[in-house]
Amino acid sequence: MVKPEQLRNGKKLHISEMLGYGILLLFALSSVAVLVYFIGSIASRGLSSISWTFLTEVPRVGMTEGGIMPAIVGTIYVSLLTLAVSVPLGVGSAIYINEFSSQGLFNRIIRLSIRNIAGVPSIVFGLFGLGLFVAGMKLGQSLLAAAFTLGLMTYPVIVTTAEEALKAVPQSFRDGALALGATRWQAVRHQVLPAAIPGMATGAILGLGRAAGETAPILLTGAAYFLPRLPQGVTDQFMALPYHLFILATQHNQISVVRPLAYGTALVLLALVLLLNGAAIAIRLYYRKSKQW
Amino acid sequence: MNQTGSDNKYNLTLGAKSQKWHEKAVLGGLTLNGLFAVVVVVAVFGFLLQKGLPALQEIGLKEFLTSSRWMPTSPNPGYGALSMIVGTLMVSVAALVVAVPWGVGTAMFLAEVAPGKIREFIKPTLEILAGIPSVVIGFIALVVVAPWVARTFGLSNGLTALTGALMLGVMALPTIVSISEDAFKAVPNEYRDAALALGATRWQTMIRVTFPAARSGIIAAIMLGFGRAVGETMTVLMATGNSLALPMQEFWGIKIPNYLASIRTLTATIAIEGLDVPWGSLHYRSLFVLGAMLFVLTFVINFVADIVLNKAQGGE
Repeated sequence: MVKPEQLRNGKKLHISEMLGYGILLLFALSSVAVLVYFIGSIASRGLSSISWTFLTEVPRVGMTEGGIMPAIVGTIYVSLLTLAVSVPLGVGSAIYINEFSSQGLFNRIIRLSIRNIAGVPSIVFGLFGLGLFVAGMKLGQSLLAAAFTLGLMTYPVIVTTAEEALKAVPQSFRDGALALGATRWQAVRHQVLPAAIPGMATGAILGLGRAAGETAPILLTGAAYFLPRLPQGVTDQFMALPYHLFILATQHNQISVVRPLAYGTALVLLALVLLLNGAAIAIRLYYRKSKQW
Repeated sequence: MNQTGSDNKYNLTLGAKSQKWHEKAVLGGLTLNGLFAVVVVVAVFGFLLQKGLPALQEIGLKEFLTSSRWMPTSPNPGYGALSMIVGTLMVSVAALVVAVPWGVGTAMFLAEVAPGKIREFIKPTLEILAGIPSVVIGFIALVVVAPWVARTFGLSNGLTALTGALMLGVMALPTIVSISEDAFKAVPNEYRDAALALGATRWQTMIRVTFPAARSGIIAAIMLGFGRAVGETMTVLMATGNSLALPMQEFWGIKIPNYLASIRTLTATIAIEGLDVPWGSLHYRSLFVLGAMLFVLTFVINFVADIVLNKAQGGE
């Protein structure tokens, strides 16, 4: 009997085919090379700028000395506030789409809208945030205006991951609860949601990473050029790592002097975002393996 | 009667009745929440139009699309966005030239050729690449790629359309790979088996059977990659030098795009001018026109890609 394997491998590879496979392999591996090169070029030149003072002090002498502590804290503040906006909205939408809505035109319109929100350029959200939250609602350039803007932007990430988490919960969970006399909401609230929490947490962390790295929306809605103190409330402006990097890299009047600080800022931002994304991937893998059902 | 009786004994009935109100309230809330996405899309577009349309009427669509004189703060203001439109299209198209062969090739390798171990290695790599903040990619463009472009082409300044396009190509890559890979995976195995049974090699099967069958998914992937490139802000802002001159050159009497010139995209203009512009001025509202252009462009791209993807999944 001829096995399929023999059929595939029995023939000698033509030289042109070997070349073809070689090119495909090269394509695939070059993405790894690019990633290594990107991270390497930032890490190798940024590592020497990282010190305890750099991480814990405020910028001094026109940002040519000192640290980036307000930018780190500002990024953490704005990202967490963003989650406070996008997680309730996103999880609620996901529950509706996956558990309650019928699979009709209405559902399709909602899904299409979510994908379109994900496709709207970030600077357009920034402009919208500037017009509505900053100028229209008179929040001014502030943590709150930036968090609302980023919240809209990260909403699709939260919905998509929350929906995946809900889909991964077996139908038998719902059927079992309904058969015992639970209403649909009770079944979702007490059986489906708890089982979907780890998946949703993954989405929230991904959203956090996304919010922490975005520059264009906060540029127009609340990030401060220079503010050597922490924001005192949600109506204050704030420093943020990505915007600080942008300023050190292109807007500062002594660009060559602050270049080491720019490398250091880039490395801290990169590490923060990669750590968050890595954590999300790790949680996902862990729960995929340890899932009981 | 019997049934009603048993219902009455079942003491959850009363509870369920009061629960019904609760249940209805929750369902109503969730439905509203489900509608939120639609509300956002309509609100963003409506808001851009509300601010932009009066400016468009005052300035005229013709000036926006055909003039390359963008001088909103001059005493004799000009609102021609042609250079920016050309710049945006130039970097996005060139980004595809980089990302499409690379991304579709990678996807083909991952879906059709790669052993599990290599796939487990490359997929997270792409995920991490997609997660790098655009401002960091812009910074790398500034300190690594731009000097290289300047050296290679003997320019005094490496902040060119080419520099931006290379970076955008890298940024569009993960999108193109992940959606193309899904397209390859959606091709039924019977196709491959039939081709192999007819004596085709694996390579011939892949190129002449699987690839054509995955075509519409790949087209959608390319469109979404294009949308990503059009909307990118920080990277092009930092990599392309932001000159407002029309980036064209004469080449044997024909005007062709000059990729070694500095360009400025629509997105970069909003980022640069959005901060300093006085709220409510004509200049401010003209930025909303640019925003509306970007919104419509990305909306159409996503909408068509969605239809193509739906067809690809429903067809066959």
